[in-house]
Amino acid sequence: MESVALVVNGVARTVEVEPRRLLVQLIREDLGLTGTHVGCDTSQCGACTVHMDGVAVKSCTVLAVQADGSSVTTIEGMAPEGGLHPLQAAFWEKHGLQCGFCTPGMIMTAADLLASDTDPDDDAIRHALEGNFCRCTGYHNIVAAIREAANKMQVGAATSAEGAPR
Amino acid sequence: MSMAGFGYTRPATLDEALADLAKHGPDAKLIAGGHSLLPLMKMRLASVGHLVDIGRLRELKGIRDWNGGLAIGAATTYREVLGSALVRDRFPLLIEGLDDIGDIQVRNRGTLGGSLAHADPASDMPALALALDAELLLRSSGGERTVKVDGFFHGAFVSDLHPDEVMVEIRIPASPDGAGTSYVELTQPASGYSLVGVAVVLAKSGGTVSHVRVGVTGVADHAYRASAVESTLMGSDGGSAAIAAAAAHAADGQEVNSDIHADREYRTAMATAFTRRSVESAAARAT
Repeated sequence: MESVALVVNGVARTVEVEPRRLLVQLIREDLGLTGTHVGCDTSQCGACTVHMDGVAVKSCTVLAVQADGSSVTTIEGMAPEGGLHPLQAAFWEKHGLQCGFCTPGMIMTAADLLASDTDPDDDAIRHALEGNFCRCTGYHNIVAAIREAANKMQVGAATSAEGAPR
Repeated sequence: MSMAGFGYTRPATLDEALADLAKHGPDAKLIAGGHSLLPLMKMRLASVGHLVDIGRLRELKGIRDWNGGLAIGAATTYREVLGSALVRDRFPLLIEGLDDIGDIQVRNRGTLGGSLAHADPASDMPALALALDAELLLRSSGGERTVKVDGFFHGAFVSDLHPDEVMVEIRIPASPDGAGTSYVELTQPASGYSLVGVAVVLAKSGGTVSHVRVGVTGVADHAYRASAVESTLMGSDGGSAAIAAAAAHAADGQEVNSDIHADREYRTAMATAFTRRSVESAAARAT
């Protein structure tokens, strides 16, 4: 067994794992954070997407031991308890989900996109979602939700900049 | 899917990694991003006794000037390369070719060296490296050597990298002045892998083609340089007729792959078509 020390959603955790244990198993089974889903288990579908050291990764294709020393954010860590991240709110408002299985992965990938491109056009959003499959929505409303979130986050950033002390 | 058990170490230095490799012998396998290896292990197509994790070794990361070209650490991720102003400035071919690999999540983990070492016959990186005349710095506990990418691939998933070696760096020489580059691929829509991918670097001098490299992936059991295309183009005016004549040789000497996605006849035809398109595009960009 190997000891894995990592920070998950801001909380330091240490878990004993076999080297073959996947990061997604550590997240779901050892830490009980079941918002991260396992869809295909073959790094195709993106349902297991989390952030590791600030970038989106498919946690079904990362060994838990590889995450030793890393900072991991899951869907549960996107907003304070009881609140919604702008992406979560926009998926709700724009009907960016039906069954919801792919949604956590969609949101984590979209958050990676918006971190580097605050105003993506539809093509950029669709390119960014290549590694996330949705079998319900046909993607249209997911793209609309991400665009909406980008707009809201830009307005939010501008407002907080205006309100900042001079 | 559950993998068979294995040992794991994450050495702090390259020397420690080489010692680890030597200690575990043929049972050991290197892992960096793991996006080629872990799926194979899950499907039990690869069995590994011990993984040596080199994904975080600083000695294998980063992008630096190399005689006007670039040296890219083997464990540098696609994302890091795509975000590099140096790469964008000197080798737009890499940007064009790597931006479509996998998806964001794969590009965040996958490494250039990992792709070359894995030697997947349908990967993009081998064709790009061939067109760019890249060479590889390989190190073992016994010493180091430099090899050309041309000749590095021996077959499907088989390369010249010895079991006790680590790829340290990918060295890309400066392209000739005014060279135009292009990467054009026909992808399998579901997997995104190349049925045919053609990378071209082409320069003209005094109205004739003075330098051309054509790297082809997806067509044969390993990526190759289309030498007959290159030799037909050299010295020509690089016009449409010359390009079409040269592209007809895209699969010369190759045992062309045949599968449910593209049989031999179709894939051979596409090798020619996509070689023509890629050379046309590179020639149009050459100044």
